[in-house]
Amino acid sequence: MFKISKYVFYDILRSKVIIAYTLFLLIISCGLFIFQNDISKSIISIMSIIMIIIPLVSIVFSTTYFYNGYEFIELLLAQPLSRRTIILGEFIGIAFSLVTAYLIGVGIPILIYAANATGTVIIISGIALTLTFISLAVLASVATRDKAKGIGISLMLWFYFSIIYDAIILGILFAFSDYPLDKAVIVLASLNPIDLGRIIILLKLDISALMGFTGAVYKEFFGSNFGLIYSISIMIVWIILPLSISIKIFKKKNL
Amino acid sequence: MIRTENIVKKFGKLQVLKGVNTLFQSGEVISVIGPNGSGKTTLIKCILGMVVPDSGKIFFDGKDISNDFSYRKDIGFMPQIGHYPENMKIGQLFAMMKDLRRISSELDEELLEEYDLNNMYQKAMRTLSGGTTQKVSAALAFMFNPKVLILDEPTAGLDPLAAEILKEKILKAKKQGKLVIITSHIMSEVDELADSIMYLFEGKILFNKTIMNIKTETGEDKLGKAIAKIMKQNNHV
Amino acid sequence: MGNNIAYGILMRYLSFFFNCLILVLGAEAHTVNVCASCFDKDFQSAIKNAGVYDTIILKQGIYNSINTIINKPLTIIGENFPILDAKNQDEVISVIADHVNLIGLDIRNTNEGSIKDYAGIKVYKVKYINIINCQLNNTLFGIYISDASHVIIKGNHLKGLNYGKSNTGNGIQIWKSDSVVVEDNHSEGHRDGIYLEFAKHCIIKNNLSEQNFRYGLHFMFSDDDTYINNIFKHNGTGVAVMYTRRVQMINNKFIDNWGDASYGLLLKDMTGGLISGNTFSNNTIAITMEGSDKMRFEKNDFLKNGYAIKIMANCMLDTFMLNNFSGNTFDAATNGQLMDNLFKNNYWDKYEGYDLNHDKVGDIPYCPVSLYSVIVEQMPYAVMLLRSFTVDLLNRAEKNIPSIIPETFQDFAPMMSMHKR
Repeated sequence: MFKISKYVFYDILRSKVIIAYTLFLLIISCGLFIFQNDISKSIISIMSIIMIIIPLVSIVFSTTYFYNGYEFIELLLAQPLSRRTIILGEFIGIAFSLVTAYLIGVGIPILIYAANATGTVIIISGIALTLTFISLAVLASVATRDKAKGIGISLMLWFYFSIIYDAIILGILFAFSDYPLDKAVIVLASLNPIDLGRIIILLKLDISALMGFTGAVYKEFFGSNFGLIYSISIMIVWIILPLSISIKIFKKKNL
Repeated sequence: MIRTENIVKKFGKLQVLKGVNTLFQSGEVISVIGPNGSGKTTLIKCILGMVVPDSGKIFFDGKDISNDFSYRKDIGFMPQIGHYPENMKIGQLFAMMKDLRRISSELDEELLEEYDLNNMYQKAMRTLSGGTTQKVSAALAFMFNPKVLILDEPTAGLDPLAAEILKEKILKAKKQGKLVIITSHIMSEVDELADSIMYLFEGKILFNKTIMNIKTETGEDKLGKAIAKIMKQNNHV
Repeated sequence: MGNNIAYGILMRYLSFFFNCLILVLGAEAHTVNVCASCFDKDFQSAIKNAGVYDTIILKQGIYNSINTIINKPLTIIGENFPILDAKNQDEVISVIADHVNLIGLDIRNTNEGSIKDYAGIKVYKVKYINIINCQLNNTLFGIYISDASHVIIKGNHLKGLNYGKSNTGNGIQIWKSDSVVVEDNHSEGHRDGIYLEFAKHCIIKNNLSEQNFRYGLHFMFSDDDTYINNIFKHNGTGVAVMYTRRVQMINNKFIDNWGDASYGLLLKDMTGGLISGNTFSNNTIAITMEGSDKMRFEKNDFLKNGYAIKIMANCMLDTFMLNNFSGNTFDAATNGQLMDNLFKNNYWDKYEGYDLNHDKVGDIPYCPVSLYSVIVEQMPYAVMLLRSFTVDLLNRAEKNIPSIIPETFQDFAPMMSMHKR
């Protein structure tokens, strides 16, 4: 499995996309830290950007890579390797590359300029989001053989999690605005990894006060030890669930 | 060595294999032939585990291959058109394959030398011609000394000299007691290499006979003509 | 207006000077020393024995002072902060005579009960009182001025009882009084740092009020007061001012009032005041106002607040001019459709307009209310989408096709760059 990952990683490293991505992140985060003299403002800007860029790049890059690397998978299939191993190997290889890019591009600037609890939470959420969207990309890739369709599904997933889902939430909150929604809101946040990541970061930025008494609801929940374990578990579920469904589909797939 | 029991496979509405029962034994060279779309490649892919049959079972050395992958260490597969990671160089590809297969038996690098691939280690896979890619595929198929060789259109795209080298290699493998399954459209080649022929037609085995039998039954000396004759007879029936 | 203030200040200082004059020139005045080895060992009996306008000098030491009543004009001066201790039994000092000066005393340990507003120094129904350079520790109320006038409270340091807890009184409380000057004091750990009710013509200047459980400054029904150069920092809920006319708040700092229900400055039913040159930074809400009319907000800096201004629709004819808004999550929020207030020549860091004629004023208006802030106002749970991409898109869409935000809530001439102070 790790041997496959190793070759996937080497392969990705050879393409210029990953280097461009790393530099892009590095320039943006360094730029925000250098030209914005208020660190907490830079942190917020970085958060806003990674919440859009990371899911998008992770899912599109991984899907494209998966399809472009189909020969490699075909080659592997004729070898004494289980399909589970192949998928996991691919996943780990891609994950390692993108997480490395993220750590260099965002992690290092944060460690230099904002090595605090907020910084740590941003780094962790970024990694979790990267992994989640690679996992979703693998799902999209095994779901259909057609590359255009697969990338289409990926973009739709990104669009859904980045925009549509939040719009739906607004709709739900509007429709049920007369009801107490404390618990519902926590569930709603858990159903979107991007929202979950963002809320956890914002709470660390102590912006919860701004959220008024409802903010207290989030803070009380996500700020507690139970909430921490809860959010970490949910994030892990978001990584593992699409991946294990992918493995199930891939096991029965004809290639 | 390899036994299939009533293999059925549909792709959507199209039924590609309609119950295939075969037995491939070690030490023989079998040629699977049939018109385009008769299900040859699907059958091979079923054996390789790349396509999962809708029903029926495949046994390798008496073991059911569903939910198993380790049997593939005994198979060397040469695809019709080899797809390899484009960014990789030949040398890296071989190194990787050696790395991925935990080598137990001794490596067979004869083809590597005869095709002079040793001196092309620095060439990237995407720059290779179709013929060279086929040479790489062939070298890979034989490299790990497998008990079974599955070669899909092995000589298509190879220059005559390279094709000759491959044929000799196949005959050598047969002598070593290996099972070789070849699909091919070139009857002269089949005649040269194969002991018996399995003829697939619309997802079913039309016949499975030794070449000797075919020739004597039809009274033809040339295999191509013999096959054509059989086909004609069948059409009359 | 400005002349009035200057005149008021002048008059108050003159009265202080006049008091001192009496002390110095008073023909009958004597000076009495009180200490452990002196003839007068006891604070209370020294007062009893003193004549009017006498000066009592308290040497360093600890004196019991369980509600010592000062009932004649006296000057009491502490040397090296003698401690007056009420042993948690009552008030420490009550002043019920005019012309009393308390200087350099260390006043401690009032009763904690809630039967009475126990104070370190209580001043009741008198005139011409000076409380200067005293330290008050562990008092329920610090300095409590009631029905008095012409009082100067200067350079005192007040630390509340049960520091930071709810069951404590106010640092400096001024009730139903006139012409009180509160200057250079440091009030911390009370319920309210400085509290005024029915207090007119007062000047509150150069004070630091911090870490109070509720408000740094709290006043109601206190017209014509002036607040200059004070710092209100890190108080439970900030500063609340209500039901008052013609207040002037100049060059104060409202900072670090950050919490679920905190704000820099709450204005409720205020009329005709001037809020100028103040700095509001790091508050959850810098200014929240309701029912306040004809207020002028000029040259203030709103920096890094959650909301810079929350202005309820029942506020009218207020003007916001020459202010800087920078680094606030929301520049403004409102709850209504109509807005009858004027915004002009403010600098907004979120302004994305242009200035083609180079007059340093943007050519298109700026709308400080974002669609999202309106949404949050109506559906508080929507805060979970704070800083999400969707919200950003919504805001941009609304900016281009306004439909929900009151169109009159605009700065028609926003500045291109920050006002330099």
